[in-house]
Amino acid sequence: MPKRDVPPRWDRTMQQRLARGEAAALGELYDRFASLVHGLAHRVVGDEHTADGITRDVFAHLWEHPDSYDPRQGPLRSWLAALTSRLAVQRLRTTGTAALARGGPGTTEDLERKVRHASVAARADYIVQSMPTPLRAALELAYFERRDYRQTALDLGVTDEEARRRLRLGLQLLATAHDTGAPDAPPGIGGAA
Amino acid sequence: MTGHPREPYDGNAGDRHGPAAVGTRPANGPDAVPLVLEHHVLKSLLGAWALAACAPAEAEAVEEHLGDCGPCADEALRLREAVGLLQRPESLDLNPRLRTRVLDSCLERRPPRVPVPEWAAAYDAEAARLDALLQDFGDVEWRAPVRLRWYEADEASSRRTTVAGVIAHLLTVDGLVAVALGLDDPLGDAAPARPTTPSDRTEAYWRAARLPPGRSVRAPWRAQTHALVRTASVTDGGSGRTTVPYGDFELPLHDAMLDRAFECWVHAEDIAEAVDYPYDPPSGRHLHRMVDLAARMLPAVLEHRRLHGLASPVERRLVAAGEPGRSLRLEIEGSGGGEWLIPLDSPAAKGSAEHEVAHVALDGAEFCRLAAGHVPPREAAAGQEGDREAIRDVLFAAASLSRM
Repeated sequence: MPKRDVPPRWDRTMQQRLARGEAAALGELYDRFASLVHGLAHRVVGDEHTADGITRDVFAHLWEHPDSYDPRQGPLRSWLAALTSRLAVQRLRTTGTAALARGGPGTTEDLERKVRHASVAARADYIVQSMPTPLRAALELAYFERRDYRQTALDLGVTDEEARRRLRLGLQLLATAHDTGAPDAPPGIGGAA
Repeated sequence: MTGHPREPYDGNAGDRHGPAAVGTRPANGPDAVPLVLEHHVLKSLLGAWALAACAPAEAEAVEEHLGDCGPCADEALRLREAVGLLQRPESLDLNPRLRTRVLDSCLERRPPRVPVPEWAAAYDAEAARLDALLQDFGDVEWRAPVRLRWYEADEASSRRTTVAGVIAHLLTVDGLVAVALGLDDPLGDAAPARPTTPSDRTEAYWRAARLPPGRSVRAPWRAQTHALVRTASVTDGGSGRTTVPYGDFELPLHDAMLDRAFECWVHAEDIAEAVDYPYDPPSGRHLHRMVDLAARMLPAVLEHRRLHGLASPVERRLVAAGEPGRSLRLEIEGSGGGEWLIPLDSPAAKGSAEHEVAHVALDGAEFCRLAAGHVPPREAAAGQEGDREAIRDVLFAAASLSRM
């Protein structure tokens, strides 16, 4: 079920409630974004327990520093996705380095390749999560729901031409995940390349 | 939700439909007339082509074109690679227990200025657990039949509905608390004239709906649970003076929120059973408060039942208010357990260990199922000793706490 877009007012109110120290707001924040955060973290680190820890750190970070999110800079969803990806890639590198230092298998090059790969995946996830909803909805229909572009157009109530445009534009945005230092990449994620 | 990407999506660039195959792919058939498209149309099809989401003739035309047009071939390769980066969000594995762990850890690092009151915490947790159960339900699950069960006049009663109907039931009855807190009534214009019982409200909602409830009932139910927890936190329940009318009785707000937490769990179990999912009991801390609420309600229920000839008219010694009276010791085992002394002769009497006439021991979750009307009082797995009449009265009184 694609997440409906929420008005930015929700983001603003949430930030204010967190800043006021309202525990009920923290619960609502978790209920809305925990699957997203946990899913992104798990994709990068590939381990349930570590993903749990990153989820905890992401929510704790915003709860402890509610002013680090500025609603005027963009949606809370993208901000959380960026923070999650950054923490997850960091964790992957730290644990990988520690394992190598203990004499674990593999080489530094293997680790770098793994981190680079995870960074690209994390950037891609971030791009999908932050692209305009009409583009994301079109991609989700065509890819996950296996709709061709005419069916996608019907589902979205747009012309065939518009559906083709959204699919192409969505993939063009997504393709920038391979570019290091892409303008869409959140700060800190491209560190591996 | 459960569809899997079509075959070509999983491939890397250069698979059998990819740009590397240009020119080598056979035509649709010997009679197929090649589609002739203008360059700007071919270009606009690149995204759909990369996703294998265009008609075979169009795909053919695009691939034909890629052999002649360098810029389009470059873009096609790039977009096809991008498809490999699309990943379904992994949300299925989220452990429902993680919520409490994450929130507790946050609140430890920065204590809240506006905490969720202890009496609303069970409701917050149970609503979140139920919502997590509903997360991946498809239409089949939402329409799965559920039988609501309760005790009425000491007889087992039931009512058939669906998973969505159960959520509608929770939405409308939680609405009693919402109205008491000054929030909107989810029944809107369909609200029957007051005072209304939970079942009146539920039937009114089911009647007023043009269609049987479906998955769309989830969002308003969840929004209301959040609004209740938020309002309870911000107002702290009007320092405990607010009461919630249930039609034929009323509860203080704090108890009403516990009652709603209890109902949320009980119906979550009904739903889980209907769709054959496992479902755990609440945390010990929350279970304890639910048992406590039932134990505190029992003396008044016993009194009510005596007045209506449903409980044995014990040879009654007059007990002055606040004085110790004949008591039953209710021992709840397991996580969230404890001991309660239930005064038997009058709600005004004080439970007393010295005047204990009977002892009942049972597991917390079993006691709650009894109080939910899911276990016949005679079959409740309870260790019993002492006055049999008193034990029977208390077990039947517990079952009579249940309602639709």
